[in-house]
Amino acid sequence: MTATRSSRPAREPGRLYAMTAIHVRGLRKTYGTFSAVDGLDLTVETGEIFALLGPNGAGKTTTVEILEGHRRRTAGEVSVLGTDPGRADRHWRARIGIVLQSTSDAADLTVHETVRHLAGFYPRPRLPAEVIELVGLTDKAKARVRTLSGGQRRRLDVALGIVGRPDIVFLDEPTTGFDPEARRQFWELIRKLSGEGTTILLTTHYLDEAEALADRLAVIAAGAIVAEGTPATLGGRATAQARVTWSGGRSEHTADPAALIVRLASEGADLSDLTVTRPTLEDTYLALIGERG
Amino acid sequence: MTSTLTIGRRRGGIEILQFVRDKTSLIFTFFFPALLLLLFGTIFSDSYDHPGLSAARVFTASMIAYGTVTTAFITMGVGIATDREDGTLKRLRGTPATATAYFLGKLILVAALTAAEVVVLLAVGVLVFDMPLPSDAGRWLTFAWIFLLSVTACSLLGIAASALVRNSRTAGAVLNVPVVALQFLSGVFIHPITQLPGWMITLASFFPVKWMAQGFRSVFLPDSAVSMEAAGTWEHGRIALILAVWCVAGLVLSLATFRWTSRRD
Repeated sequence: MTATRSSRPAREPGRLYAMTAIHVRGLRKTYGTFSAVDGLDLTVETGEIFALLGPNGAGKTTTVEILEGHRRRTAGEVSVLGTDPGRADRHWRARIGIVLQSTSDAADLTVHETVRHLAGFYPRPRLPAEVIELVGLTDKAKARVRTLSGGQRRRLDVALGIVGRPDIVFLDEPTTGFDPEARRQFWELIRKLSGEGTTILLTTHYLDEAEALADRLAVIAAGAIVAEGTPATLGGRATAQARVTWSGGRSEHTADPAALIVRLASEGADLSDLTVTRPTLEDTYLALIGERG
Repeated sequence: MTSTLTIGRRRGGIEILQFVRDKTSLIFTFFFPALLLLLFGTIFSDSYDHPGLSAARVFTASMIAYGTVTTAFITMGVGIATDREDGTLKRLRGTPATATAYFLGKLILVAALTAAEVVVLLAVGVLVFDMPLPSDAGRWLTFAWIFLLSVTACSLLGIAASALVRNSRTAGAVLNVPVVALQFLSGVFIHPITQLPGWMITLASFFPVKWMAQGFRSVFLPDSAVSMEAAGTWEHGRIALILAVWCVAGLVLSLATFRWTSRRD
């Protein structure tokens, strides 16, 4: 992961970058007496891949749709690319890309026609054929959209979200329904976009996805952020003690597993089934949302 | 930045492409009025003792009103409900396309469809029922303004009606109820309109369809046929006034009721 990040090319010289792509303070969204988002703070730097994790109903989609300008907020301060999405104009929309969660539009058009049509809205779009290649739909370019499988349809949604060469891309649970190979390909695509300097905000409930892709991530529960960090440090993972088990179920927690193993070996313990484990991202995540649940 | 006008034009092109590829709606919105004309024209042939005026010719003129209403009003109403449901509107809202560009595209679709509808109905009238087409420019000019006002009023009312439709599967059925009822009230299927009870004519006079049908009859029927109208004249001034009022009402209603999404946000 570290290697992938550091291999990212330097940012295009001469192009202006705001330091912060997304800035949210005290965001609230209420429906009657129900608070979908309840005092959420979020900062995403330009060029980052940021993952928003959380169970269903935690407020992920509501938050993302407010950032996209699709929903109005009740209170709080929101800035995306330096603009309030609630008051944004079409020039701002030309700089953002939205990958929708579930759509069935354009059923009677072909993949190429659909991508080309949307490309025509933007001032500096990518070439339609290039985008179709990027999402791996070249074989399906002339197929009617209604004949695509669920996973292919989602990849088309990704193509439509990035054809305008956006500075920031929002992806709401982008790989739901993908088979494992399609997910790997999708992750490659996201890394490629990120390599070109695109800021990525994605929501997911796949922890391996967040771990594989995200520079930073945040866990959202009951409408607020309960933890934030890198995949390695989230919720104190890096500093948590390791659990060493050996000899048919004996175990010990330690900050220094190497020293423990040396000591056990010198004591002549049976180490044939030795394991060393740290809390997985999943353990950390479940503990975090459990606290709120 | 691509201008709203350009995006609107491209939306129009893509709307037409999608429409012609959906064979079911193509047949139903498009050829259904032609089929009705063939049936009515054949069933009621030679039922008037009016020189130079066959029933088929009267129906051809009146059916242009019906064709325009179904094409403009239903296509618009069902189309927007569908776009709201399948994600078309949500997708566009996240791009530089504005609501104006979207509606421009819809208007291009409706204009193309209604124009084609008129051609089909006139073709049936001329080829099957030997209806002569007017030869003087004045009548075509009358046709042009009545057609333009009719399409505009029906399209705008279709936009407004789309707000009342809960889901696109039932939209066609729901929107067809007022349309079909108005056709009967307005004397599109019944000629002369004076056969209808007086209160019905009065009621129909508040809505656009009666005036559209009357206007199209004034274009395609001989001057002597004016004696069969309720008022005994073609009432061009009143047609213009009432259609214009409906255009304004439709515009106000559609601006007040249009929503990008079907849920509260």
